[in-house]
Amino acid sequence: MRTLAITGTLAALLSWAGALTPALAGSEDVVVEGAWSRASIGMNRPGAAYMTIRNTGDTPVTLIGLTTPLAMMPEIHESKTNADGVSSMAPADEITIAPGESVSLEPGGLHAMLMQLQTPMTEGESYPLTLLFDDGGEVTVEVPILGIAARGPND
Amino acid sequence: MRRRTILGYGAAGAGALVFALFVGWWQVDGPGAPEPVGQRPLALSAMDFSLTDHEGNEVGPETLIGRPAMVFFGFTYCPDVCPTTLSDISGWLDDLGEEAGVLNVIFITVDPERDTVEAMAGYVGYFHSAIRGWTGEDEEIAAAARGFRASYERVPTEGGNYTMNHTASVFLFDAVGRFVTTIDYHEPHEFAVPKIKRALKEIAKPETS
Repeated sequence: MRTLAITGTLAALLSWAGALTPALAGSEDVVVEGAWSRASIGMNRPGAAYMTIRNTGDTPVTLIGLTTPLAMMPEIHESKTNADGVSSMAPADEITIAPGESVSLEPGGLHAMLMQLQTPMTEGESYPLTLLFDDGGEVTVEVPILGIAARGPND
Repeated sequence: MRRRTILGYGAAGAGALVFALFVGWWQVDGPGAPEPVGQRPLALSAMDFSLTDHEGNEVGPETLIGRPAMVFFGFTYCPDVCPTTLSDISGWLDDLGEEAGVLNVIFITVDPERDTVEAMAGYVGYFHSAIRGWTGEDEEIAAAARGFRASYERVPTEGGNYTMNHTASVFLFDAVGRFVTTIDYHEPHEFAVPKIKRALKEIAKPETS
């Protein structure tokens, strides 16, 4: 009886301690590959960033936002082209990546839209972009800036 | 008496013929014709609009007749689709090499408010040198889009800004201005380049229409 009570108390204590520790179960297993951006002309036009976000862990992760010193309003947007060939762009919903899966941010689809640039995006330079996940975790990646006419991370 | 009957039949026959022609016209070209949505672009010779290129020259559909042409719509404040299209086109032109020299390659803005002649000049310079940027009055842009059967729409975004939805296909015309085909947005290189070669080849063919 006594043993049971102690076990119960311990269990309660443990779960209380568990609730205090940030549960970074998912986002610490996120790997970002092949990040790149095109250079901008000045600061008036929005920029975009592309990359592959891979979940190498065993729990799903959800990307809920972005921050970067480069832009006041970085957001995940999605371009779509309908059957009539008309392209449109709108903010994307939260992106959940299943264990072992990856999501590609690439031209003509999902992309990090960088609105209200604080400095011009200059070819040859790079900037940090932080991905925010629903478990409170963050992953920061250094994004190289390629030429305006770049077509991919290796251009 | 008999002659009258024949004349009567003749008149009835002619009437029927006229009626059939009228029905045909009504359904194909007249008010009964299907909506032009999704139709092929007109021939350049049938279009009517007047714009300004990024060097300040007055241009229109007639500017493009005489050489094969590649035309697409977009706007320079477009962070994803338009630079991708411009980069794709630059890649196709690089592949075509000297052959590309005979092509007119035109980027028509759907956002003349922000894409002034200066803005277009500052933008197209970063892509293949054959690409020319056209802008102009709202009504003239609208007339151009109607000719190409392209559509566009202004969409407000957060912070009082706006973006543009627009047809992202690339239209190909032969040297006499006849529509050849469309290259879809982000169509793979191996499909796009042969289509351009087809438009280039049409130069040699005599006009049939």
